[in-house]
Amino acid sequence: MINLSTLGIPEGTTAPAVFNPGDVVRVHVKIKEGDKERIQVFQGTVVQRRGAGSDATFTVRKISAGIGVERIFPLYSPNLAKVELVKEGKVRRAKLFYLRELTGRSAKVKEKEKKSDAEKPTRADAAE
Amino acid sequence: MRQILGIKRGMARLFLENGDSVGVTVIEAGPCPVVQVKTRDSDGYDALQLGFGTARKNLVNKPLTGHYKAIPPARWLRETRLSMAAEANVGDILTVDQFKVGEKVDVIGTSKGLGFQGAVRRHHFRGGPKTHGQSDRQRSPGSVGASSYPSRTFRGQRMAGRMGNARVTVANLQIAATRPEDNLIMLRGAVPGKPNAFVIIREAKKAR
Repeated sequence: MINLSTLGIPEGTTAPAVFNPGDVVRVHVKIKEGDKERIQVFQGTVVQRRGAGSDATFTVRKISAGIGVERIFPLYSPNLAKVELVKEGKVRRAKLFYLRELTGRSAKVKEKEKKSDAEKPTRADAAE
Repeated sequence: MRQILGIKRGMARLFLENGDSVGVTVIEAGPCPVVQVKTRDSDGYDALQLGFGTARKNLVNKPLTGHYKAIPPARWLRETRLSMAAEANVGDILTVDQFKVGEKVDVIGTSKGLGFQGAVRRHHFRGGPKTHGQSDRQRSPGSVGASSYPSRTFRGQRMAGRMGNARVTVANLQIAATRPEDNLIMLRGAVPGKPNAFVIIREAKKAR
């Protein structure tokens, strides 16, 4: 049986860096102008990921000159040079559309605290 | 006329080399063995009979067993008309290799059966007005003819009825990619029928 969701991904293409909703990413987009090609960077918060296989996309939101801008990128697009993970965000849902209603400080996603292994509660602690 | 038989598998997103993203229909086409070669002398016209798929045992009766002497029984049989005597022989196998990427093809299939549908959905009628004292008129087909002359409804008057489940040809679909090793062909755009429906792909008759 053919897997339709992976069929459209060109061979040798790998998924860009692992990132989740709430993370801040730098998306390097290839832009063609005539016969010249240059790279433009779009940095913002990942608001959602959707779809599977070659149809997967993700939405990045940023505030540009005081105006909210969202761009939707196909995850496997050859036009993406790379996706850099800048910050991991701490969020409690998969789709962060509530950010659209918020401005200023409240529209910021808190950064994930990295717990060292020693601080993590172990199973033994919980049993006590 | 180059032709191949196949099964629609579904649709997918495909990225082209220039970075464009296109919607494609994935069709598993061939291999199609030539089951019979028809000639002007013996049959009155030149054609190839192509087979596709594997027939269940109980579908192959005694007369058909004789027909399938040279090749294993096929699930579907279709003819392709030729303008001149065929160069192919019984047992030759046609694959997606006969089509090139970028070429235009026509696809023939059976559209999805939509059951009994009203005139608005089936023939794009506008229905009646919503307001100005109307009742029970929103999706009605309206008048179906004049009065005492002709005293009947003309044949062919468009009305509600069974929709879909009919033979449909989609012309000039571009081949976006092929995968000969998997017998797959990917066409830009949509193709009639549900996934796993039987379709015929042939070179475009009126290529633009």
